[in-house]
Order: sequence, then structure tokens, then C-alpha cells
Amino acid sequence: MYPSDYRYTKEHEWVKVSGDTGTIGITDYAQHELGDVVFVEMPAVGAKIAAGKVFGTVESVKAVSEIYAPVSGEVTEANALLSATPETLNTDPHGAAWLVKIKLSNPSEASALMDAAAYQAFISEKEASA
Amino acid sequence: MVDFGGWDMPVEYSGIVAEHMATRTAAGLFDVSHMGEIEVRGPHALQLVQHVSCNDASKLVVGQAHYSGLMTERGTFVDDLLVHKISDTHYFLCVNASNQDQDFEHIRAHNGVGAQIENAGARYSQLAIQGPKALGILQRFSTTPLDSIRYYYFAFGKVDGVDCMIARTGYTGEDGFEIYFAPEHSEKLWSALLDAGSGHGLLPCGLGARNTLRLEASMCLYGHEIDDTTTPWEAGLGWICKTAKGDFLGRDELIRQKEKGVDRILVGFEMQDRLIARDGCVVSIGGSPAGRVTSGSPAPFLKKNVGMAYVPTASKAPGTEISIGVRANQAPARIVPMPFYKRAK
Repeated sequence: MYPSDYRYTKEHEWVKVSGDTGTIGITDYAQHELGDVVFVEMPAVGAKIAAGKVFGTVESVKAVSEIYAPVSGEVTEANALLSATPETLNTDPHGAAWLVKIKLSNPSEASALMDAAAYQAFISEKEASA
Repeated sequence: MVDFGGWDMPVEYSGIVAEHMATRTAAGLFDVSHMGEIEVRGPHALQLVQHVSCNDASKLVVGQAHYSGLMTERGTFVDDLLVHKISDTHYFLCVNASNQDQDFEHIRAHNGVGAQIENAGARYSQLAIQGPKALGILQRFSTTPLDSIRYYYFAFGKVDGVDCMIARTGYTGEDGFEIYFAPEHSEKLWSALLDAGSGHGLLPCGLGARNTLRLEASMCLYGHEIDDTTTPWEAGLGWICKTAKGDFLGRDELIRQKEKGVDRILVGFEMQDRLIARDGCVVSIGGSPAGRVTSGSPAPFLKKNVGMAYVPTASKAPGTEISIGVRANQAPARIVPMPFYKRAK
């Protein structure tokens, strides 16, 4: 379920590192909690995002959720698919519905995040105590 | 699951959009057992109902219901409700879950005529089945010819062998029924309707869809469009406010306000770009703050983002451009006529 080559945050974002490029999205757990996504607000190309800080919002029918950057860098691409069809975030959150691609300012930041097994354990514990 | 007025209720079963669309195109099933029921009985029943509510209950025939407001002395809303006339000496009120006890207390405090009143919420469960296929699905379980129950009328009959009050009412803007029955039959009726309906596109619906459906149909929600600071004139509910019927709580204030005119009025609006206005967002007109959004959300069937807000009466005309504070943005919107959605006849 959770790709083994991604890294995960406690706020349910993921990052996939490829050299000095990072692809960022939200996890399946996050999209399920949100419900039907109707609007996604993302930073412009060239914007700088900082690890742990809000960089966008995902809006569902019932609520707005802030998205926190898992790692720092400069936005090189925002996913046009989500402007056209925001609901893709519900069906393919780990694949086609990535949010932004960035040029990493500090590639080692990702290693401090949870791996797939740790994230899976983290959400299992959340669900058990809910 | 969330706490709604003290009740543990689902926000959604399969997804708000799917449930909303099912109700508009096939059918939706709602467990609305949290709603309150108050029985008013005896030779003074009508007098009491007339005294505490703004609509004219003397116009109801046996088997008929109407939408009304429980009023304060200031002509503002204690609650909105449905009044059903069961007989000349028996009225059945359906009130909001969150206001059940306050409503009962209010009625009790103003029961100078000595009618028999009962806070009957614990004796009733309620299911709503709404949508173009609702009648067909419900009919399979009842020998009562449902099509003979006109809109805003009700009948006593059996559904799947269970005694029910079957009312052709609802909170979605679709045709459909709300059925009231003793709680021990709840699971049986829920399962029966769900099973029968699933082959026809019926989905169980939670609070999320209940809200998007009523908002799309421009129906008021207590605590949002109406509360104890708003009058029926301000809320666009003048049609339930019958000051000519005789004296009732709040009547003098209401007559005064009608003559003076209202300073603010409830309007509907549509967002012009992708941003969505939410409850509480500030509405500005001509650059100045003018009011707040009372309810705002996507309207899934219309595929628009809509809402309602109070604005100064001078600015109420459909077509008026307004702007709404959404996070750091000023989102453009336009006042539109209500209802946003009206079902085809």
C-alpha cells in the first residue's frame, strides 16, 4: 500500500527523492480522512517551501486541510491534473495525484522522515486508538 | 462518526458526493432518529401551538403538516419545526435534535392554556427516504398507497409490518418520505429499505450529504440562517409568518419590523472562481464588510460553490457582485435567486 521508496511525515505527506528532485504528495490515509476532494491550492513555480511549514491546502466538500512540506526546496512544477480534476487525489494519491515537484535544497532531510514500515505502524496505532 | 447535538452520527458512509448524487438521481436513506418529537394534546392543543409558533395551524386539516417557527417574544427563532395535525386535539411537532429540550421547556413555560405536552423524542425513531425512486422503494413495504399522500401531508400505515406515521416531507429538495416509528423496529426498517433500495441506486447518507442537499435546495439550518437573533422577515421566511392569525409570541415585534422594514436580509450567492466560501467567512460589498456567510459549501449536483449570507437590504438584488474572505483571498461571488436547486416537477 505505502510505496517502499517514499518517505512519510506525521501529517500524512509523502516525498519521493530522485537525486536532487523531490516529488511531494499526500497519503492514502490523508485522502480517506478528507473525503471527496474538490479543490487544491498549490504554490507557484519558483516558490520556496520549507520543511514543516504549510505550503498549500487541500479542500474537501466538508473541510479545508493545510499541507505541510516534508522537505525544503524550490517548486519546479505544480500538478496541473489537480487543477482540472482535484478528485484524482482520492483515487491515486501516491501516483498520478502528486502535488508538486521541487528542487531539493537539502537532500538529506528526507532520511529523517518515516519509511513505509514506520508510517504503516504509525497509522495503525492511530486507528487503534481512535 | 461525530457528535451531533449529543448523538453519535456518521458524516458519510461511502462519500458525500456519491450520497448527494444518489439522492438527486435515485434515492438516499437517512437515519434521522436524532430529531426531536413533541406531542401536544387536549382541547387546548391548537391554542398552545398557535401561541408559540408563527404559522397558522388553524389552517391545517387532519393529515396535513406545515413548516413553522417557534418564536421568542422578540419575534426571533427558538427553533424551526414541522407541525403535523393528527386530530383537532392532537398536534405532533418535529424539532431539531440540538434544541429538543429547550423547545420543550419553552413550550412548557408558555403553556398557560393547560394543554397536555410530552417530550416524546425517546419514543420515536425516524428514517427519511428521499429521491425520485424513494416512493417506489418504500411502496414495496407498505399497503398504504403512497402516491395518495400529497406533499406535506401524512398518513398512518404499516411499513414492513411496523406501524408508522408516513409523512411526505423532507430536508433535501427531493420527493420522498419521513417515517416515524417505535425505536425497537429501527434496525429492521433500516436494513429492509437499504436492501430493497440498493438494486435501485439507493445509498445510505450521512450528515455531510444531508447538509449539502439542504443547502443546494436553499433550506435553512438552525444555528446558521436562523437563530434567536433573526426574524422570519430577515430570513426570507415571511411565508410562514402569519401575523393576521391572531396573537402569538413575538407577533407585536414582528408587525413592527414588517412596517419598519428589515435592515438585513438573507441572500444566496454563487462563487465566481474556484474558491469555496465557508460558514463564517466575511462578505464584503463595495470594499466594505457587509455580513457573514451563514452556510457555504460545494453544491455537488449543480457543480457550483454556493452559500447564503445576511447582507444589508439595499444590496440584496440578484446580480450584485460581492467578495468573500477565503483564507488570504478576496473571492469574487454574485448574489443569485434562491432556491439554487429546484427539482423537476
